[in-house]
Amino acid sequence: MADDNGKKLALQERMGQMGDQMKGSQAWASIFRPGSIFRKGYSDNPRNRSYVIMNSVLYHLHPVKVKRHAVKVSYTLCLGGLSFFLFILLTVTGIFLMFFYRPTAAQAWDDIQALQTAVGFGLIVRNMHRWAAHLMVLSVFLHMARVFYHGAYKPPREFNWVIGVMLLQLTLLLSFTGYLLPWDQLALWAVTVGTNMMGFTPVFGSQVRFVLLGGVEIGTDTLLRWYVLHVLMLPFVTVIFLAIHFWRVRKDGGISGPL
Amino acid sequence: MTEIPEHLRKRAEEARAKAAAAKGGGDAPAAEGTSGGSGEKVPAGLLDRGTPASTPPEGAAVVPTGPAQGSGPDGHNQRLLTVVKSGSIQDTKSTPVDKVHVWPHLLVAEFLAAIIITLFTTLFSIFVNAPLLEMADFNKTPNPSKAPWYFLGLQELLTMFHPMVAGVTIPGIGLFLLVMAPYIDKNPSRKPEDRKFAVCLMTVHLMFWSVLVMIGSFFRGPGFNFVFPWNSGLFFEL
Repeated sequence: MADDNGKKLALQERMGQMGDQMKGSQAWASIFRPGSIFRKGYSDNPRNRSYVIMNSVLYHLHPVKVKRHAVKVSYTLCLGGLSFFLFILLTVTGIFLMFFYRPTAAQAWDDIQALQTAVGFGLIVRNMHRWAAHLMVLSVFLHMARVFYHGAYKPPREFNWVIGVMLLQLTLLLSFTGYLLPWDQLALWAVTVGTNMMGFTPVFGSQVRFVLLGGVEIGTDTLLRWYVLHVLMLPFVTVIFLAIHFWRVRKDGGISGPL
Repeated sequence: MTEIPEHLRKRAEEARAKAAAAKGGGDAPAAEGTSGGSGEKVPAGLLDRGTPASTPPEGAAVVPTGPAQGSGPDGHNQRLLTVVKSGSIQDTKSTPVDKVHVWPHLLVAEFLAAIIITLFTTLFSIFVNAPLLEMADFNKTPNPSKAPWYFLGLQELLTMFHPMVAGVTIPGIGLFLLVMAPYIDKNPSRKPEDRKFAVCLMTVHLMFWSVLVMIGSFFRGPGFNFVFPWNSGLFFEL
């Protein structure tokens, strides 16, 4: 028994030594900048708490300090952050799906079917992509409502509200372009209803519809067009708007104060 | 030695003469100094240092030992030229703001929220599969044909108005008003009790779309006719 304990202790000691050695190495110190919580000899004090942000990539997103009420979950409900996180989750799962999908009328549905039945984790990743997309529409909508009810769009935050409404529309477009891609009955007819509506744009309605569909009716060309919009163009535009949105949050003095 | 600008030299000479007169005539150099400050909130002691005494203090005249012999009242040889108030150079907040460190206070909350939403999505995806109906077929129109849920409000409007009004005009005006909200709403207050009208209007707006989406999602059956889901079942796919 005592021998067993001794062995355990020795193992623990060895592990500890190895950890110390690793953390003391030049490679480790080059990865984690001073103030990082993973750095050797990190201690919790105000100076290091500042360094954690100041010396990390997070400094692009967060200031060192925020107003106390801003971290109260009951004030923001985390909705903006959750929307952004869902966007990241959708990007990750979306990249996975892209490996197994070809946007042509002949192959799209079969690819999704194969993804669900023959690809490891294919079904759950597709499910996650779909449910996260619906959740994101919901969380962006709720985020907007929350911002309105707190009057957080008032000066100096007027323009950030405008960008936010753009982001809401981009979210809807992202979701809608993704809707067609599985190429099943649900996708085809939902998109038919949606694009028919856009065809009633005054003056150049039929042109709008033609550009959107890549033809007079939905087909392979539409699928390719919406695929490129969904995986490349709209995310690209969204990321730019997100960057401006986050930057403006800080430039306008952080999130709005308590009521 | 650097050249002293003409106006500064004159001013210094005047001040020196004044100080000499004060020393000779009365016994209130500090009072003289504060009145010279003309109501600026500068401590009298600071101003006093700025007025050089023509006659050195008693002790200094007797034993001139230090290497740098000051000409000021306390043996200082620097002068107060101007007082720069803090507000003119840096933005000082009059009221301190109660702040906390982002690490750990904000980051921990964000990290938790991210984990919770990931767990929720994963668990939901394990138990509920995304729909995949049979392959798209142009010759088989499903009845009813529904748009994605967030556009079902618009589809609902289609049953009431001309397609151009329902599909373009109404949502266009709605979006335009939404974008313009900060420029239309001139009320500076953020308190709910001060902005009852804005809150009412937004609530009506949100409720309008929510109710339309609900009706379009759950209360529309074959032919997009009105049905009760508890009688006819659900005609809704996410």
